Amino acid sequence: MLAADDDILARAEDWRKAGKGVAIATVTETWGSAPRPVGSHLVIDDEGHFLGSVSGGCVEGEVVTEAMDVIADGKARTLEFGVQDETAWRAGLSCGGRIRVYVEKVL
Amino acid sequence: MRLELLSILNAERAARRACILVTDIGNGEQRLVKGAEIAADRLCEQLDSAVRAGKSATIDVDGRQVFLTVQVPPVRIVAIGAVHITQALAPMARLAGFDLTIIDPRTAFATPERFPDCALVADWPQNVLPDFGTDRYTAIACFTHDPKIDDPALEAVLLAECFYVGALGSRKTHGKRVERLKEKGFSDAQIARIRAPIGLDIGAVSPQEIAVSVLGEIILALRKKPLRDSGAVA
Repeated sequence: MLAADDDILARAEDWRKAGKGVAIATVTETWGSAPRPVGSHLVIDDEGHFLGSVSGGCVEGEVVTEAMDVIADGKARTLEFGVQDETAWRAGLSCGGRIRVYVEKVL
Repeated sequence: MRLELLSILNAERAARRACILVTDIGNGEQRLVKGAEIAADRLCEQLDSAVRAGKSATIDVDGRQVFLTVQVPPVRIVAIGAVHITQALAPMARLAGFDLTIIDPRTAFATPERFPDCALVADWPQNVLPDFGTDRYTAIACFTHDPKIDDPALEAVLLAECFYVGALGSRKTHGKRVERLKEKGFSDAQIARIRAPIGLDIGAVSPQEIAVSVLGEIILALRKKPLRDSGAVA
């Protein structure tokens, strides 16, 4: 798992150096039965390609959408997903956990 | 994140060195602290605990939320001797999340049949270890109790950074080993790094139990704080 997450950051560097817009999403906090541990990464490019995961696939779609905005305006933001949250319900984090994800642009 | 920081982070990982990316979640400010810089950092205690645990975490610094992206290399165990204890240690080490490499020049011992799916090197430790890179995230356990094989391994690693050195053998066997190493010019402090008799004192009898005691001792050396001063993890 560690090695996999590490490879993902290496890819983020490669993508940026190749001139792409890149954002890194990182799980900063989890509560309950979250699918991916704190420190897990998802990297996203400006065409919507992504690598890695911040959940078991439940909220990646939402994170990728937000990441596009982060790449566009350069402002980092924190997203929260959980069952009591309507967005998360829509995004389908139905395992009962709650996660906080920090999304930042690679400048 | 600045590309420059990301590049350093990736380079440190490739070099098997620990480092922490410190991000102020509130304002996005970021800095990178290399393993060797932790002791002098103003957050040294929190950074040290995070690196020791090997886990990223959100911490509170004067009411500000700060995220620590912790990057530590995978811990490796090098077993000298493809013996019965090593056969028990191999699956245990894998379960516990360690990378294991087994070195034994005796081709009758170092066979893939005896060690399925293991990294196995049928060569002398003195030929293998110099290029292996025994860094501070590497543990060495010598199991052959044959001076021809164990001694060159110990001589190689006593000058290296690895966080654990253990050698199988009774107190008497170890006494003779100490004499040999002293004759070779090793200091008392260098020799004192060797855990011998090897393993935690849990009264282990069988090879499997000895493997448990050794794995426990390696985890102790890796995680427990008082060992910081011995250079276990910095």
